Amino acid sequence: MNSSYQIGQEQDGKAIWKFLISELKPKGKFLTPFNIISIPIMLLGLVLIVIRFWKGIGAITNLTQEVPWGLWIGFDVVTGVAFAGGAYVLTFMVYILNMHKYHSIVRVTVLNGFLAYVFYAGALLLDLGRPWHVINPIIGNSFGTSSVLFLVAWHFLLYMIAELIEFSPAIAEWLGARKARKILSGMTIAAVIFGITLSTLHQSGLGALYLMAKDKIHPLWYSEFIPVMFFVSSIFAGLSMVIFEGSISHRVFFRQISEKNQQAQHGIVLGLARICAGAMFAYFFLQLLVFIHGQNWHLLNTPMGLWFLLEMLGFVMLPMILFYVSYRTGNIRLVKIAAILAMLGVILNRLNVTVIGFRWEMAIRYVPSWMELVVTLAVIFTEIWISDG
Amino acid sequence: MGLNRRNFFKLLGVSGMTLAVGKTANAASTENATVEFYGILYDSTRCKGCRGCEYDCADAHGFPEPLPAKDIPAIRTTNETCNTVVNRYKTSKGEVFIKRQCMHCNEPACVAACLTQAMHKTKMGPVTWDGDKCMGCRYCMVSCPFDSPKFEFHSPNPKIQKCDMCFERLKTGESPACAFNCPNEALLYGKRRDLLKEARRRIYEKPDVYLDQVYGEHAAGGTGWLYLSPVPFNELGLNNSLQQSSYPALTTGFLYSVPSIFVLVPAFLMGIYQATKNNTPNGKEEDE
Ligand code: SF4
Ligand code: SF4
Repeated sequence: MNSSYQIGQEQDGKAIWKFLISELKPKGKFLTPFNIISIPIMLLGLVLIVIRFWKGIGAITNLTQEVPWGLWIGFDVVTGVAFAGGAYVLTFMVYILNMHKYHSIVRVTVLNGFLAYVFYAGALLLDLGRPWHVINPIIGNSFGTSSVLFLVAWHFLLYMIAELIEFSPAIAEWLGARKARKILSGMTIAAVIFGITLSTLHQSGLGALYLMAKDKIHPLWYSEFIPVMFFVSSIFAGLSMVIFEGSISHRVFFRQISEKNQQAQHGIVLGLARICAGAMFAYFFLQLLVFIHGQNWHLLNTPMGLWFLLEMLGFVMLPMILFYVSYRTGNIRLVKIAAILAMLGVILNRLNVTVIGFRWEMAIRYVPSWMELVVTLAVIFTEIWISDG
Repeated sequence: MGLNRRNFFKLLGVSGMTLAVGKTANAASTENATVEFYGILYDSTRCKGCRGCEYDCADAHGFPEPLPAKDIPAIRTTNETCNTVVNRYKTSKGEVFIKRQCMHCNEPACVAACLTQAMHKTKMGPVTWDGDKCMGCRYCMVSCPFDSPKFEFHSPNPKIQKCDMCFERLKTGESPACAFNCPNEALLYGKRRDLLKEARRRIYEKPDVYLDQVYGEHAAGGTGWLYLSPVPFNELGLNNSLQQSSYPALTTGFLYSVPSIFVLVPAFLMGIYQATKNNTPNGKEEDE
């Protein structure tokens, strides 16, 4: 039983597949509150998507020539990918640092991360005006190598392949191919390292996308360090998501270690809280340095400045302190509250860079249409449906 | 303070450049030094606001005919059915007209942004768009400091629209439709270097008429379109606080750091992995 933290360990692999299959099987009541809300929204979303491909993106979005990227990029893609960051942080902790304690949750987190990527890539397709050319930068003679977006697109693709390989020992085993499994689990550590490297790059790359929009983003959120900020915040964004998922669905923690004592689970949650506190401290410190360096004191006493202070104090500093206190006192409830606050903070930050602070000075601001919201919700619900059963 | 401007990226970037042989982003800026771009000089003191260029442009690009002056506001932006507009501003020196369109930057942000090379800086100078490559991501629009690319939001097969300096005409040796037809000689087409000289000459000869600045000489790293005006350019809706250097350079630090991250991070991770590998309680390897 001691070997349960080994990569591609047999029982673990089996457990995953058993768990996956049981998750996908319809079970129990159909008319749960979640289904009652999510099914109509998903259907409506589908109708809206049809309209979008029939009449154009402008038919269901409020995007303008000045604000060409809105909620779908700012929330679905940029924020969503930050929340999927738990996968690379946990694989780093478990497979590279050999922190065995977290082994029981790493696979599920990686699976969730993988599904999240599939859906964000899907959401990205909705936003492309000419999606039939999406493979151009992958196959064709059209390599826009000086483009940050080119880099991000490639990294998404390669990352998904790396994640698949991380899973492949489990897949091979499921197919009963012992030999393949052996080779593949040898590849796993390479895939893990590759995956972590790609993650650092595309998490920061999503921030780097906005570097050329220098004159369009509010100076309190624009700096040449956006990529670093996005990377550091993805660490606690991802881990807070893991804590959050664990507390709402219970399957992340309970399903696999239900026989073991509660203590182990609490140990994991508190350990994550400690890491979050550390990452948030680093992030807060960086933000502070950039703020001082930017010499933007005079902007603080404006509506946008107060909004910035709210983000930094209420949704970075406060959860940071709560994480720290909860870790010191072993208060699991407090960890969950801190995780939720930290997640809200990341949502705020990503939206402030991509939507709220983007073209903040314009007389007529972009506000997403209800249809954009419905499609966003539909994407999220579909992902929950697939990953949560 | 430890946080020295750009040092973080510079450090990574320098090592990245040594790793990446023949970087394209690098090639783009050296190209500018050797290739002579063509451009257009617009002299707002000569422009009478007849909007003839709007009609010629619509004609040359198959757009609907512009509306008569009485039906439109004094200040407009270009859009997906109109590549150029002539705006009318009340300024400290009376009414001044200004023609707006894509600036055809020397180092265009839109081209650096485009991941399919649909946006392309031609050797002659015009920045063109290729519908066979574009995937409609609109990253060019996010990046352009002048908001020039426009997107057909209401089409299932949307195109990016912006001034292409009549590249098709240029290839056959003609000049752009607007410059060719302007009855007041407010538009002059030629080699950018010559146009700058001409602009300087006009300022020198009539220092009381012109503001001593050629907009586009340095803005955003230099643009193909150059502007002369009697009043400060921000009175005419041109952003005079844009950075004077190239926009793509804002991302090169990040892009150059990528190769070094690809070498350093895996090496680093592998090192930790080796160091902690035997930390397992019984040191058992998987294959055993
Ligand atoms: S003005 Fe904008 S669209 Fe035109 S070349 Fe410059 S960056 Fe590209
Ligand atoms: S919308 Fe088209 S031209 Fe613009 S960056 Fe995307 S692929 Fe390139």
